[in-house]
Formats: sequence, C-alpha cells, structure tokens
Amino acid sequence: MYVYDAFDRKLLAERVAEFRDQVGRRLSGELTEEEFKPLRLMNGVYLQLHAYMLRIAIPYGTLSTLQLRKLAHVARKYDRGYGHFTTRQNIQFHWIKLAELPDAMGELASVGMHGMQTSGNNVRNITTDQWAGVAPDEIEDPRVWAEVIRQHVTLHPEFSFMPRKFKIALGASSHDRAALRIHDLALGLHRNEAGETGFEVMVGGGLGRTPYLALTIKPFLHTRDVLSYVEAVLRTYNQFGRRDNIWKARIKILVHDLGAEAFAKEVETEWRSIKDGALALDRAVVSEIAGRFRYPAYEKLDDSPSELAQARRDDRNFDAWMQDCVTNHKVPGYAIVTLSLKPEGGTPGDATAAQMDDIANLADCYSFGEIRVGHEQNLVLPHVAQRDLPALWRALDAIGLALPNVGFVTDIISCPGLDYCSLANARSIPIAQEITRRFRDLDMQRALGRLHINISGCINACGHHHVGHIGILGVEKNGEEFYQITLGGKADENATLGALIGPAVPFAQVADVVEDIAAAYLELRQRPDELFIDTLKRTGIEPFQERVYAAR
Amino acid sequence: MPLVENGQIVEDRYVYVGEEQPIPDRVPVIVSAKRFLENADALIRRDGSLGVAWPNDRRIAELAPWLGHLALIALQFPKFRDGRAYSQARLLRESYGFGGTLRATGDVLRDQFQFLVRAGFNSFEVKKPADAGVFAEAARRYSVFYQPSADGSVPAQRRRVPRDASDPPSAGGAK
Repeated sequence: MYVYDAFDRKLLAERVAEFRDQVGRRLSGELTEEEFKPLRLMNGVYLQLHAYMLRIAIPYGTLSTLQLRKLAHVARKYDRGYGHFTTRQNIQFHWIKLAELPDAMGELASVGMHGMQTSGNNVRNITTDQWAGVAPDEIEDPRVWAEVIRQHVTLHPEFSFMPRKFKIALGASSHDRAALRIHDLALGLHRNEAGETGFEVMVGGGLGRTPYLALTIKPFLHTRDVLSYVEAVLRTYNQFGRRDNIWKARIKILVHDLGAEAFAKEVETEWRSIKDGALALDRAVVSEIAGRFRYPAYEKLDDSPSELAQARRDDRNFDAWMQDCVTNHKVPGYAIVTLSLKPEGGTPGDATAAQMDDIANLADCYSFGEIRVGHEQNLVLPHVAQRDLPALWRALDAIGLALPNVGFVTDIISCPGLDYCSLANARSIPIAQEITRRFRDLDMQRALGRLHINISGCINACGHHHVGHIGILGVEKNGEEFYQITLGGKADENATLGALIGPAVPFAQVADVVEDIAAAYLELRQRPDELFIDTLKRTGIEPFQERVYAAR
Repeated sequence: MPLVENGQIVEDRYVYVGEEQPIPDRVPVIVSAKRFLENADALIRRDGSLGVAWPNDRRIAELAPWLGHLALIALQFPKFRDGRAYSQARLLRESYGFGGTLRATGDVLRDQFQFLVRAGFNSFEVKKPADAGVFAEAARRYSVFYQPSADGSVPAQRRRVPRDASDPPSAGGAK
C-alpha cells in the first residue's frame, strides 16, 4: 500500500472543494453544460443514458480494506448497492445524482480515493500488473514508478487539455499482465547488460476505431530520466497531436503519421533540453516514495505445507480452485489468490456492496488487509499464507466468490455497453451473460482451457475486443444490434490484434457462434494441452470461418 | 473583456494593430505573428513596447531570435479545451528564458486560471467579467503541487525531500 501524507491529503481536500464549487455553479446555472462538461470529466463524472456515472481511480490496482469498505458504503448510500470494476483498474458507480456527487467525493477523499483524471483529455489512471510487488518474475515493484509518475501528472498545468485522453501502463515482469502494448505510453522495466534497471518506452498503442500496438521508441531509459522523458512525450503530443478530428486525436495517430522514428527524434530533442533539470530524479526522492509503500510482515513459512496437499486430495472442488485461482507468490509459503467476478449470468466486473464488505473482511483475515484489481475485471488477494488457503476457500465459496473459471471461456472482459453507456451501439452485458450460461459446465470450461473473450459495445473498445482470443464488437445496422467477431487477439508480451472472421451476426446468434468456435477448436487441436490460441496460430482462421459461416 | 494582471483588473496599455493599420509610435502595440515576422528588424527598432500575438499551431522556436526585443507575447486559446499554448508558455519561460509579459487570450475561464499561472502566464484577457472579479481567489485554489513548473512553486516532492541544504522544505502549506 502507498500511504498518503499531508501533502496528498491536502491536495485531495482542495480538489473536493473545487468540485463542490463547480457543481454549485452548474446547479445555479452560472456554468453551462458545455462549460461544466470538461470540469466534471476531469473528476471522472460522465453523463450516461440514465444518470451520472462516477469513475474512481484505483491507482495501480491496489486497495486497502478501508478503501474497499468505503467503496461499499458509497455503493449503498449514493448508488444502487453495487459497483463495476473496469478494464483500467477503476471502479464505476452508474446511478449517482449530480447534487450528491461532492459528498460522495468527500467521503472517498477521506480514504485517499478520487476520480481525478479518470476521464477528460489528460493523463488517466496509471495501471500496472495486479500482481505487482508479489509476482515471482518481477524485477522490482512497478507501483513505485507508477506512483512517481502519478504524482507528476496529477493536475499538471501543461497537460490537462491535451488533444485526447492519455493512458499509461507500467510493467516489471517478463510476462506482461498489464496489456502494455495497447497503451498510449507503456513503460517496461527491465535490466540492461550492465545490470542497471531502466524502461523500454513504447508509444502509440490503443484500440478503438484505429487499433495499433505501441512501438518502442527507446529500448532503455535510465530510471532517473523517466519523468523528463514522459514530460517530453506529453509535450510533443500536446503541441503536435491532431485536434481537428476526435477520431484522429490520440497519440497513436501522431506516432503513425510521423513515423515512430521521426516521433522519437522530436521527443529526444525536447528531452535532451530538459533531462538534467528539475525533473531528473534523485535517489532520495524515489526512496521517499518507495518508503511510503507498506509491505506485509510476512512470516517465515515453507512452501506447500502438508495440510494443503491433504486438503486437495480430500476435496475435488478445492483442488480445482487451487489449480485455477491460486498462483505462486514471491515469498515462500504464500500465494496470490484471484477472486472471479464472473459468475454465471452475472455482469463481468460487478460487485455488490455486501461482497465488497465480505472481501474486505477476508482480506483483513488472510491478506494483510490488501486487495488488488486487475484489468481482467477480477479481484485479487495478494498475500495469502498457503496454510490458510482451505479456510479462505470455504469462506469464499460460501459467498459465491470461489468460482474456478479464471482464464476460462466464461472469464469474460466486457464494457457496460448499451445497458448504461451513451456511446454504445449495442449491448455487451447480455452477450456475456448468455455465454456464461452456455458454458456453465466447469468441466467443459476446463476442457477448453485458457480462452479469453472480450466484448465491446462500440468501436471505442473499452472491452478490448481487439486483443481477445475471441473478440466481440457490437455495431448497429439499420437500428439492430449486430456483432463482429475477431479471432486471435492477445494482450500479453506477444500482443496481437485479432482478425475479423466475416460478416457481423445478429444479437441472438453470438453465443451460437462462440459455441461453434469452441467446437471447432476441440476438433482441430492436436493435443488436449494445445491451447485455443496456439491451435488458431497453427491452423489460421479459415477452419473457424468455415465452421461459423457454413450454416449461416 | 477585462484584463487581469497581478490579480487585479487593469486597463490594457497595449493596442492591437490590425494587418493593414499603421503602427503608432511610442504606444505599446500587439501585432500578428505574420506581420511581425515580415518586418521584424524594423519593428524591434521602433520606439515603444512591442507585443506579438502568436498562434498555437506555430512552433515557438521561430520566435526565439527576437525574444529579447519583445515586451509581450499573446498566446491563444481558441477553445479552452485546446491546450497547446500551455506548452508554448512553458517553453518560453523555461527553455527560452522569456521574462516579458505572457498574455493568455481567447477562451480564458476561471477554472483554468491556476493552470495558466503555473504555466507562466502573467496577463489574462478574461472572457467573463464575473470570472475576472474572482481571479485572485480562483488562481490559488490549490496550495499543493506535484510538479515543478514555470511559476517556480516548490512541488510536494521537494518539500518532502529537499534537494540540498540551500533549498529547505517550506514550512507552510500542507497542514
């Protein structure tokens, strides 16, 4: 956990006061909706189909139990008793009243939470690996750098009115769990041949109407220079990014129009002029921020205690959960536990206030009071002693949060779609719900193995459909909902954009198509352990196309 | 449109001179970038303060050779959402060391005052009279800053960890 100090708290208090004033001026009519819109957007407040929506940042996906309980409280008091975890380590409340917003924000600020820059044309919430700080394959905790950058770009006087939004992600592991290449700017921490740590800088990724994967413009940036380099990238974008067309305003268009080399040169020139100035990081500054991350006082424990093996033999369901939801921790005797928010017939990423409170209680008992949020819209208990796993499993199972479908076909990433969102062309949630019903049999899910489905209700691609193994994009045709299907997308260290398999299909046929694709895979795979994505790579999309369109 | 400097509504000393209009002597004037660049050598020898209205889609580097002769640069916000001039302002202050008046013009509204001040502006053609009246208050809504910028205010990180003994943490602020 990062612990706020007096400066952080003061800034948040000032932010709430400012927003209270702005809402007051809007309610009195002093501000027009056009003038108010960018101000509310800078605080994460959208006007959706039915109500205002409030998006709260969960920086680098880390939550304390105090914070999670406060989110539960806000869900109960100001919303309809639930919240929606998004693909960018945020939580959204979809039924907020404008007049009550400042109070809700004030309550969140009391636990160091806010909606600052969760929307608007500024630097958005900085995301990272939900296993940061506990993953065995990590070089160092990327959240420290995420926090250094978060502070720098918060209420930045130069970069609050950029051409478009700007999303930054950080990773520090060989395995990319933060979907780095689909971000406007991604920083991959790694070691060079001399053993120093630095960042690979990637720019110009993004999905939406024109999907691109980010390109590397600097293979190794010394950590001391990370702020000056980010500043140079943002300054280049702020001045030269297109502002005449909202669909061409993201940095990806600038990078691809100029060419990565020319863009990099522009950044490099600017960076050289500022790199030794006030933004050069000295060790004391980084240590100070690192020092405010609190780590658990782990016990000295052995891996794989004997009672765990016994419990796995005794209960098949526990064993299935262990296989699917429990991962190695960097500290011996501990484990990382993923809580699926993808129940059959549910809304991916939704959690009720009661569930949030229950999870907070379990995190206090079993995870040193800490919870993580991942871009797959699941939650994580990051520090569970392995000996406690049977007890934790029983407790989770009792509240419906021990579903062993993580990474399987029903672990669907989805945007809210037309049920909530004013930008959407089609519904996403009912599609996800129908797929979870068709594949409710867990043995079938396990037989299919790792298979990621991503659903977006419009071309803005909040559900990251381009990088789903199966991507589903809602479009509108003559007033009806249709869905384009892509195959072969990936958001990991081998990020790939999926390929469209053919004409869009109507709402009622989407789940059938997914079943056809799954059946085709089972027939095509060479061995049971050949993953869907590997079979697809070997065969190409043609046999899947044939299967899907033969009968349509 | 009221002009605000030093937190006060003031009379504008400058006269905007149109493309075809003659330029009066011994009167502070603001001319367009085009007119300035076409006659720069003559204009900088003229008697009287000289200002240039610089568009937000033109590189500030073009103006660099003459900065020492300019008393004022007016940067433009055609829409307040168009934030290019923030970068131009910081470049002028921090990279080129421009010490004259930096004026914000166009869609200049209350909720941007503090950003503008922090980016190095010190003169403001405020769009709404009601906003101009509360300038001083609106421009100091925040007392904590996370980043160094052109206004020279000390960011939180430097107050937490002074760079050296000559730059002690401020005692005020975050209480």
